[in-house]
Amino acid sequence: MTRGGEQLTVPPADFASYYGRPVLKPPVWKYDIAGYLFTGGLAAGGALIGAGAQLTGRPGLRMVGRWTALGGVAASTYLLVHDLGRPTRFHHMLRVAKVTSPMSVGTWILAAFGPLAGVAAVAELAPLLPQHGVLGLARRIAPPIGTVAGLAAAATAPALATYTGVLLADTAVPSWHDAYPSLPFVFAGSALAAASGVGLIAAPAAETAPLRRLALAAAAIELGGGHRLERQGLTSEPYTHGRSGRLVKAGRALLAVGVATALVSRRSRVLSAISGAALVASSVATRFGVFEAGRVSARDPKYTVVPQRERLAEKQSATRL
Amino acid sequence: MAEAHPVGFQWVMEAKRRGAKVFHVDPRFTRTSALADSYLAIRAGTDIALLGGVVRYILDNELDFREYVVAYTNAATIVTEEYADTEDMHGLFSGFNDDNATYDQASWRYEGHSQNQTTRDSETQRETAAGLENESHGAPVGGETERDETLQHPRCVYQILKRHFARYTPEMVERVCGIPQEKFLELAQAWTENSGRDRTGMLVYSVGWTQHSVGVQYIRTGAIIQLLLGNVGRPGGGVMALRGHASIQGSTDIPTLFNLLPGYLPMPHHANHPTLDAWVDSIAHPGQKGFWGNARTYGVNLLKAYWGDAATADNDYCYGYMPRMTGDHGTYQQVLDMIDGKIKGYFLLGQNPAVGSAHGRAQRLGMANLDWLVVRDLFMIESATFWQNAPEIETGEIAPERCRTEVFFLPAASHVEKEGTFTQTQRLLQWREKAVEPPGDARSELWFFYHLGRIIRERLAASTKPRDRALLDLAWDYPTHGPNVEPSAEAVLREINGYDVATGRPLASFTEMKDDGSTVGGCWIYTGVYADGVNQAARRKPGSEQSLVAPEWGWAWPANRRILYNRASADPDGNPWSERKRYVWWDADKSEWTGYDVPDFEKTKPPSYRPERDASGVAGIAGDDPFILQGDGKGWLYAPTGVLDGPMPTHYEPVESPVRNPLYRQQANPTRKVYTHPINTLNPSPPQEHSQVFPYVFTVSRLTEHHTAGGMSRTVSPLAELQPEMFVEVSPELAALRGLSHLGWAHLVTSRAAVEAKVLVTDRVTPLRVDGRIIHQVWLPYHFGYEGLVTGDSANDLFGITLDPNVLIQESKVGTCDVRPGRRPRGQDLVDLVVDYRRRSGNLVHRYPPMVTTDVADTSSDQEA
Amino acid sequence: MPHANALYGPLDPAPDAGYEDPPPRMGFFTDTSVCIGCKACEVACKEWNGVPESGLDLLGMSYDNTGALTANSWRHVAFVEQPRSAGWATPAFAGDPDGPAISPVTAAAGARTSTDTGTDPGLETGSPAAAARMSGGPEFLGMPGVQPPGRGSGAEGRTDFRWLMMSDVCKHCTHAACLDVCPTGSLFRTEFGTVVVQEDICNGCGYCISACPYGVIDQRKDDGRAWKCTLCYDRLGVGMTPACAQACPTESIQYGELDELRERAAARVAKLHERGVPEARLYGHDPNDGVGGDGAFFLLLDEPEVYGLPPDPIVTTRDLPAMWKRAGLAAMTMAVATAVAFLGRRR
Repeated sequence: MTRGGEQLTVPPADFASYYGRPVLKPPVWKYDIAGYLFTGGLAAGGALIGAGAQLTGRPGLRMVGRWTALGGVAASTYLLVHDLGRPTRFHHMLRVAKVTSPMSVGTWILAAFGPLAGVAAVAELAPLLPQHGVLGLARRIAPPIGTVAGLAAAATAPALATYTGVLLADTAVPSWHDAYPSLPFVFAGSALAAASGVGLIAAPAAETAPLRRLALAAAAIELGGGHRLERQGLTSEPYTHGRSGRLVKAGRALLAVGVATALVSRRSRVLSAISGAALVASSVATRFGVFEAGRVSARDPKYTVVPQRERLAEKQSATRL
Repeated sequence: MAEAHPVGFQWVMEAKRRGAKVFHVDPRFTRTSALADSYLAIRAGTDIALLGGVVRYILDNELDFREYVVAYTNAATIVTEEYADTEDMHGLFSGFNDDNATYDQASWRYEGHSQNQTTRDSETQRETAAGLENESHGAPVGGETERDETLQHPRCVYQILKRHFARYTPEMVERVCGIPQEKFLELAQAWTENSGRDRTGMLVYSVGWTQHSVGVQYIRTGAIIQLLLGNVGRPGGGVMALRGHASIQGSTDIPTLFNLLPGYLPMPHHANHPTLDAWVDSIAHPGQKGFWGNARTYGVNLLKAYWGDAATADNDYCYGYMPRMTGDHGTYQQVLDMIDGKIKGYFLLGQNPAVGSAHGRAQRLGMANLDWLVVRDLFMIESATFWQNAPEIETGEIAPERCRTEVFFLPAASHVEKEGTFTQTQRLLQWREKAVEPPGDARSELWFFYHLGRIIRERLAASTKPRDRALLDLAWDYPTHGPNVEPSAEAVLREINGYDVATGRPLASFTEMKDDGSTVGGCWIYTGVYADGVNQAARRKPGSEQSLVAPEWGWAWPANRRILYNRASADPDGNPWSERKRYVWWDADKSEWTGYDVPDFEKTKPPSYRPERDASGVAGIAGDDPFILQGDGKGWLYAPTGVLDGPMPTHYEPVESPVRNPLYRQQANPTRKVYTHPINTLNPSPPQEHSQVFPYVFTVSRLTEHHTAGGMSRTVSPLAELQPEMFVEVSPELAALRGLSHLGWAHLVTSRAAVEAKVLVTDRVTPLRVDGRIIHQVWLPYHFGYEGLVTGDSANDLFGITLDPNVLIQESKVGTCDVRPGRRPRGQDLVDLVVDYRRRSGNLVHRYPPMVTTDVADTSSDQEA
Repeated sequence: MPHANALYGPLDPAPDAGYEDPPPRMGFFTDTSVCIGCKACEVACKEWNGVPESGLDLLGMSYDNTGALTANSWRHVAFVEQPRSAGWATPAFAGDPDGPAISPVTAAAGARTSTDTGTDPGLETGSPAAAARMSGGPEFLGMPGVQPPGRGSGAEGRTDFRWLMMSDVCKHCTHAACLDVCPTGSLFRTEFGTVVVQEDICNGCGYCISACPYGVIDQRKDDGRAWKCTLCYDRLGVGMTPACAQACPTESIQYGELDELRERAAARVAKLHERGVPEARLYGHDPNDGVGGDGAFFLLLDEPEVYGLPPDPIVTTRDLPAMWKRAGLAAMTMAVATAVAFLGRRR
């Protein structure tokens, strides 16, 4: 019996199935959601950077951070609504607030974060307003409002960046669920890396020093928190093999390149931009890789049946002792 | 049964839950097999060999219920010495007439009986499917018989039976059927062990069993076993026929058959029944014992129901108006006549012969050669669209622009859109309410025929022609109601039940019928269904609220009796055979029969009653003769008359078989009905040459998901999606042999057609070792056609037309074919393929298998491969 | 105050959902040992609930042309042809000429087929390698001391054969992940303890679909919403039996009060064991299992995965508190990292 001509790089696990069909329904989420994982993280990172720049007196970086946050959250909203089976019913999300539903929690986080990030970004337009009149008043009160909004957005940003880890983990999708200890860290790091990357590309070079340190920290968080992805047994396989595995690996490699380049780039705009691009690309690759890994694991009954069988066997041997 | 009768199968599961052991015999492993305790894979068409093996097992080991057999069957009756058995004649019985391939049954008669027991010659009986008349009573025979109750007389039925089945040994069963001996013995043992005083066993078959050139004899073999084991007329026993539709029993009781009238009265034959007296005498056989002595009453009541006031004693109750048969008017003869241009118009109601009947191509070509065709159905079925969508369009045999048939399609109401009764397999009439109005122009059959009759009668109202009197004198006055002017189905039921003409009081029992025209009754066996003016068929008292017999659920004919011949549930003295199987018994204190069911016996006739020497009719039945509709009151192990292909069942090979009959030189049923017509080509079978051109056996049947020709299931998505494509089930071995792959295509070829199907390779189909050879069988569903949501080639196109001689049922459950990988050719190439197969099998010029093959030497001795 | 077992462990779901004095919890006990595979349940369900067509393709998976539970098939009858496991009295094909059992190959061919079920993403094709294992019977999975059925029967060829049939349905879990994760409140717990989607609320976010450990709930194409068995909520309300149970001719699908069904099921298993069917086992009956017990549970004749069921499902929200903790930790780490990056030495 051939195995469908597939080259299996790991020994196939023995298990029974119903005509090889998946036990689970693979996620119906389209790539919108993978994209959202990226844009949401980007928005959160941007808000944090904006707040950091604001507090440390880096107006150029502040503006970049705030606009990144707004751009990210706007894209996120679009992607989330677009992915719905019934987009016109997006507001049904606001009927309830449920802690047991990470998507409900996320909706409310976004609902809080979005307007704040918007206000903070719009406040950056104050200098364009005329000096006098009603608009002049607006021009004067905008910056303090922006400051408050920016800080408030930053306060919700870590939640925005990390809840998505729970969003994926709180499913029956084997590779996602089993990764629940890692995913928030991977996504937190990835969020910071992406936002740092945008900052490295767009902010004045003089103000990017924190971003280089942040990129390093991002890598530490992502890799430190995420190294367990490869060590969770059979359900690690999609993170290391196939298309999803390649994407995750590419994310790691790009992250390393981005951080290394950031650390050596100093004031070189070109190197900064390269570093920034690598960091952004890393985040994209990681997000899509993780997303894809989940789909792969749901589609193959192996990832459902074999770990559950092992669990049962453990239980049985435990009760026997 | 689980496959085609899932609702009825609940009772098998219930029995199993209580410890019953279920055996399933089928060419393929079905859903029934999955739930059975034991499954026997059998070669299609060899059931008589298997059951004959059981008969031999019983007789050889003396496992019969001797007391029952001696008292209630004709085992002790002595047969004339003119009788010669298949043992003596290579598989033929005595009396065979080579000229017309029929038996003269005279030599089969009981000792001491006169020879002239049959009023019609065997050929006419075959032409008119006369065997069907015996559904409610036995063939005529005198009541006085010579008996040897020690069963030792060499010519008593018991000994004849024993000798006849002597060669049906377990080894022979294995050789013929492909059933391993140990499996066979397991079955035989279980069956016999579960029969006797305390236990009964039931035999259940589905209509596929009847669709053989020896179909009637299949059932006979089953009945012989059940009689030998004392399993007839007793609770938990019997031979249960699972019907093909909800009311097939009803459509033989009040028949849609050319040769029967309601209540199993024969359709008059122009030559044999010129007068009312001749007709009723041919049924009653003056002087004969049993309930058919009252045939005149039943006949007169029917005529009164037809022609009402116009039917009087003076005009023989309008007997002259009755249509007469002139020969075989069966569906296959008619199709061939259509092809030959002898039939001009045709009504099709609830039938889809383009898919459902054997030799689909003949069916379609026949219908394409009519002047007009009326199709009433729920959906646009193949039989309504053959002129534009039949496979023959592709081959050029039918051209839509030249097809002369004018087709009228009339939408029909479904069973939930009209009221009426279903009569199911146990003769139980159950009333259906109308749940919804039929949509659009859809109407009930009752509406259609009532108004058709009304309109014709209006058109002819002024006619003075004698030929129109039959129509104009009809009692055609049913009350109607509603916006659609729907005739009252209850009024029809009341007429079927019968009533007193003077008072209008519905009759309570057919014993109230008179032969003087003072009562009317449309179907004597149904009398009582409207007793007291109450629709008894509409009773729905739950089983949990009444006795085990549940007499208040619906109404069973005759007389609401749930088990026929239930006098046999008591011993000859009238006591129950055992407490466990107590059912109907003689209450000596009250001097009457009593029990859980309505006794199938004269209520006050004591077990000790013995008829006078010359008693006839009911009075001629003794107090210990349970089989009251038989002339001798006995269950027939041996049929001295009435069964056209032999007094006892004999294994003959199917007309198309890849093997030489291992039991006798006689290959196939020598009296089968053959149609020699250019369109009806048959594959050669041994001892003919070239049978190996069609080396595989195919059989067809149903899937749970579809209904017969698919008109009600391929047309609705919740059913169509469950079995969406035509497929053929093949064993892994045959798949390997013929290069077939799972879900790939294959096509099957016979002398008639080639049909294609997707391949399902499955262990549920197994090759069999038959007479030293491996025989491969394949199975197909016959549900598919070219209309509906899901379409496919029709399996019935593969069959030729050969019929059983007794009831003219076609052999459409077994045939031979070749199996080839890939799709079938199209257009002219398809025709060429079939012609090429005919050429290779030496059948380009029509040859029919010889009727008699006793002159060709035996199989085993000279058939060295 | 939420119940201590609100997310995991034995629980009576209706009171937990806030019903005061609810009726008894209702459910299904599906006894596959008497299932005859007639699919009346599938048809009755579609007729009653107006469920659309789910594809007209031959799947080649024995007589299963439905494939799986989907948004357009709320009952699904599974058919498994396999070598018969030990314990049945009579081997089906004993004494017949042997051939190589080709079922693994046919299963693998069948596994590749898919069909437009009218749902999104539609019926997934199977993995041929996985399919090839199914008809060979479940293989040894390393459980110490446990001999799985079917093992050891392969070598003799076709001496053992059986045809399993099983009508699958939404399990109406005690801890229903679909309900837990629904962000709109469209999925709700009924007073009967069942789980139902309100189609006028569902906005098709798809979260429930990924959350279901049984792969039951599914999205309908051109509609976008999630659909599944409602246990005929509309019929229950007026004291009627759900359509599938009503249509089932052999009482394979039994509907009733869950407690009573569990007793009945235990008795049935005991009886089957007594009659020499040691492979009979219950699935989803145990309130201590990973989903707190199913409202629809089964008597199976083989391992659950043979029928396409997960062998040991656990409601994902069991781990939700731990997940939120990890997310909080990650969020704090993120904030601290940002602070450190900005507070670091200016360059």
